[in-house]
This record gives sequence, C-alpha cells and structure tokens, in this order.
Amino acid sequence: MAILQVKKLHFSYGKNKVLEGIDLTIDENMMVGIIGGNGSGKSTLLKNISGYLKPDSGNVFIGNRNIKDFSIKEKARHIAYVPQEIPFDFEFSCYDLVMMGRMPYLKRFEKEGEKDKTIVREAMEITNTWIFKEKSINALSGGERQRVYIARALAQRPHILLMDEPVSHLDIKYQIEILTLAKELSFKGMLVIAVLHDINLACQFCDQILIMKEGKIMAAGTPKKILNTDNIKSAFSVDVELLENPITHIPYVVPRLNKRKKFKIV
Amino acid sequence: MKRNILFITAILSLIFTVLISISIGAVEISPGEIVNVFIGKGEGSNRTIILNLRLPRVIAASLAGMGLSIVGTFFQGLLRNPMADPYVLGISSGAALGATLAIILSLGLFGISFMAFGTSLLVIAFVYMVSRTGTKISMNTMLLAGIAVSSLISALISLLMLLNHEELNRIFFWTMGGFNLVNWNSVAFAAPVILISSSIMYVFSRDLNAILTGEETAEHLGVNTELVKKIILILGSLITATAVSMGGIIGFVGLIVPHISRLIIGPDNRVLVPFSAILGAVFLTFADTLARYILRPVEIPIGIITASFGAPFFLYLLIKSKRNNEGM
Repeated sequence: MAILQVKKLHFSYGKNKVLEGIDLTIDENMMVGIIGGNGSGKSTLLKNISGYLKPDSGNVFIGNRNIKDFSIKEKARHIAYVPQEIPFDFEFSCYDLVMMGRMPYLKRFEKEGEKDKTIVREAMEITNTWIFKEKSINALSGGERQRVYIARALAQRPHILLMDEPVSHLDIKYQIEILTLAKELSFKGMLVIAVLHDINLACQFCDQILIMKEGKIMAAGTPKKILNTDNIKSAFSVDVELLENPITHIPYVVPRLNKRKKFKIV
Repeated sequence: MKRNILFITAILSLIFTVLISISIGAVEISPGEIVNVFIGKGEGSNRTIILNLRLPRVIAASLAGMGLSIVGTFFQGLLRNPMADPYVLGISSGAALGATLAIILSLGLFGISFMAFGTSLLVIAFVYMVSRTGTKISMNTMLLAGIAVSSLISALISLLMLLNHEELNRIFFWTMGGFNLVNWNSVAFAAPVILISSSIMYVFSRDLNAILTGEETAEHLGVNTELVKKIILILGSLITATAVSMGGIIGFVGLIVPHISRLIIGPDNRVLVPFSAILGAVFLTFADTLARYILRPVEIPIGIITASFGAPFFLYLLIKSKRNNEGM
C-alpha cells in the first residue's frame, strides 16, 4: 500500500494553471526533495497534498483513502505542515505553541492531558527546543523558531511531514541542522517531503528528488540518477558543471559563468 | 494558581465597582441600604432609585463593557492587527447613521436604538459581501472595505447634521455615548443577545490561538478557519450593534481592555477572553459612574471618560512593558 499517491492532479489559481497533471506514488518512508524554478508549482503541490488547496481535478490518496474523505481535524492527524513564513508577532511561549499541535486530538473543551504533555515534551526534545519552553517565540532566532514549528508539527504525530522551504532564510549551520533533523525523522518512520531551493543541499539530504517545471514533474529519482546538466538546464535555464562530492559521490552542481568584462567601480 | 488569583481579583473589583456605582449619584445610598434593598427590605424612594434607575444602568454598562472587550479581543486576533477594535469594520459608522436618521425623523428613544442596531448590521453585511471571494473572505480586504465605507458614511452624517443643525446637539451626544437613556427594556433585549453570543464565541477561543499563528497554519492544525471567521464576524457584529444601540458609540473600551488584559494574563485566548470580559465590565461601569459624578448633576458623555482615563493608562502600560522587555 502506497503511503501517498497523487493521481492526475490539476490545479489552477483562477485562470492561471499551476499544476498540470501530477502523478506521484511514494511507497516507503523517506526524505523527498522537490526542486524547480520559481513558479514551477512546488509549494502549490505541497498544499494540494496537505489538502489545504482543493484540486480542479485528480485525487490525492493517503494510504488507501482519498483526502477528500478526511475531516479537517482528521487530516491534521495524518499530515503536518511547516510553513515557509512563520508569523511571530504574538507572545505565546514555545511550550504553548507546540501544545497547539495536539489540537487535532482534543475535543473542543477537552484539556490537554498527561499523554499530550508527554508527546509535546518528546517533540521538543527531539528538536532540541525543550530549553526554550518558557521563552516567548518572538525572542528566538530564525533557526530556533523553525525548530519550534517543527516540534509543533511532530506533536501532531503525523505520518507525513510537509515542509515548504524550511531552510531558505537560515544560515548554513541552521540549514544543516534542520535538514539533518528532517532526515532523522524519515529514518524514524515518517515520510518527509520538503520544497528546497538549494539543489546541492537537496541532493545531499534527500533519498529521492522531484524536479518540477511548469506545473509538471519533469524528472524524479535518486539524486545520482536525475542530476545532470540537461535536466538542470531544462528546469532552471542555467548552464552548470557537475562535480562529484569526494565523500558521498553525490553530484555537486556549480554554475558555469561566462567570462565577463571587468567592471570598473567609479 | 497565579491566574486564579488574577480572576478572583477581577471579579472582586467588579462587585466593588458595581456597588460603588449604585451608591453614588444625585442621592447617595450607603452600601448597607443597597444590601437591604436586594434582600427585599429597604425604604420606598431608595428602592425605586436602585431598582428602576441605577441597577439597569449598571447592568447595561457591564454588559456593553463585557461585549465590546470580547469582540475587541477576537477582532484583534482575527485581523492580526493590534489597532483593531469592535468598530473597525464600519459598525460604528452604520450605527451613527441610523441614530442620526432616527433623531432627525424624531422617532423617539426606541426608534434611535432600533435604527442604530439595524443600520450597523446592514453596513457590516455590505462590507462582508464586498470582501468575499467565493467561499473565502480576506480579512485585509474587509479591514480596508470597512475603512472606506466608514468614511463614506461619516461624510453622509456630516451632511445630515449640516442640513439639520437644530438636532446637532442630540446627534453629537449620542455619538459620544452614554447610558442615561437605559431602562429595563434595553437590558432585557441586550442581555440575552450579548451573553449568548459571547458564550458561543468563547467556544472558539482555542481556534483563535491557532489562527494567530497564521490562517493557513491553523487549517493545517485542523481548524476550519473559514467557518470560525464567519461565526466570529457575525456574532461579534451582533454584540457590537447591541452594545451601540444601548449606549451609543463608546470608544476605546474594545481597543484597550484586550491589550491591558493581554499584558496582565498573557496571550492564551482561553483565559484572555473571559478575563477581558470581566475587566471590560469593570472599566465601563467605573467610567459610567464617573460620567455621572464628575459634573453632577450634569452628566458628561461616557466616551470622554473612557478616552481620557483609558489612553493615559494604556500609554503607561506600554512604557512599562517596553522597559520590562529591555530588561530581559
């Protein structure tokens, strides 16, 4: 039984067609990276998978069930989503924020119980955020905040974790930290799908890569298999050279720059 | 534990304020006599003053303060805007238009309340229709549409006032707010509307917590944001229209009480909403007492009191919380 299946999915914002016939089947827990140029439909695909956006046609299946048949609350018990931009202009403590991850499991007036507290603590320990539990979210740095939001997603106890550009505005230390965490989660039995901008980081961390172009999946497979100059030229319209990472033997992309005239700074 | 103490303190101050408010006025009535009247004893004239004049008024002020503060708390969260108050979507301008028309047409007290209530709901319905695309509503569009409609209506009101300058005074006083015209009938209408709507809104306070971290994120936490938004908008408008039809456009309560409460008890709406409800009742009852007392026997509009006491206190809290943050 496939964990996630997307069948003939089409989606448009008004007249603007964004996804045009996406087919995708994922059978086992792993880390999947989605790369592609701006406007290629990466984030939109993620939001269709999460059920937040409703496709014009086509279907998304979680396990054997069509996502249309899930209630909003039920969906939140299977799929968690870490957004690209995280507002933090409020003063919730990190603990309270992560506790919100238990909402899909609580009845309207039900108070959080011991079980919820244990799960929240676990989620915060895995993400290394337990030390911030009393702190207000707006007192943290970008990378710390991202970890707290991942903790909240984990508190939802999902099978599928979706991340929309989780590392785009973080420095290299946090980028590696967050992606390592995502990778570990996939080892622990979760399907992690992340939209990533950095092709090299994506290839280092992901088991499978999807390259998107103009609303379609242009290529899919292991980094070694699909990372070649032609694919990248086609998806991003840039010329690149491929080197090889001496340790992992995974290809490493370097842009090929034309020799330029020397600029004089006046 | 700390929260319990804060709640007990708030409730005690409400009881204290209500007693003070009943005892102060043209005729001073001692707390002992008030108790006597409540347990069915007490002499004739005081009994009439308390039961027919001051009690409905105190209840009206508490209800309005409570309702406006709850709506302010919800709207600030929903619009994710600290400047939001119950009037931000144009309700107040709608009410003012209705009241102005009723005053010009000499429709009497009931007419004024009724017209204010009706037009305010019409205006909010219009703003809602404008801001809707398909089944979704954009809160930002609603905010902007509210501002646009408000300024249009304000222009209309100014024109009406200009053409009917003999009624200028009455219109002006109505818009500044006051509970001097309240009686048991107004309370009998307002109490169920405000209490029931507030209780239903409270049910969604945990959802509001999630919405504060972003509408899309809330949806991914299992919150039906579009539904919650609609319910809060409809009930919030109903509460505000009711409060306004009873006491005019009383500014500042719905803006600052939620902020003050947030500074005292924190951002979790499950405790914040009831706390600002109590605090709002205390604040408006207190303001109403002052409005009656300061220039007695003349009453001053309550809007003057809420702004002149509320604003400096709010500034003080802002400065204080800024210092605390710097100290961290």
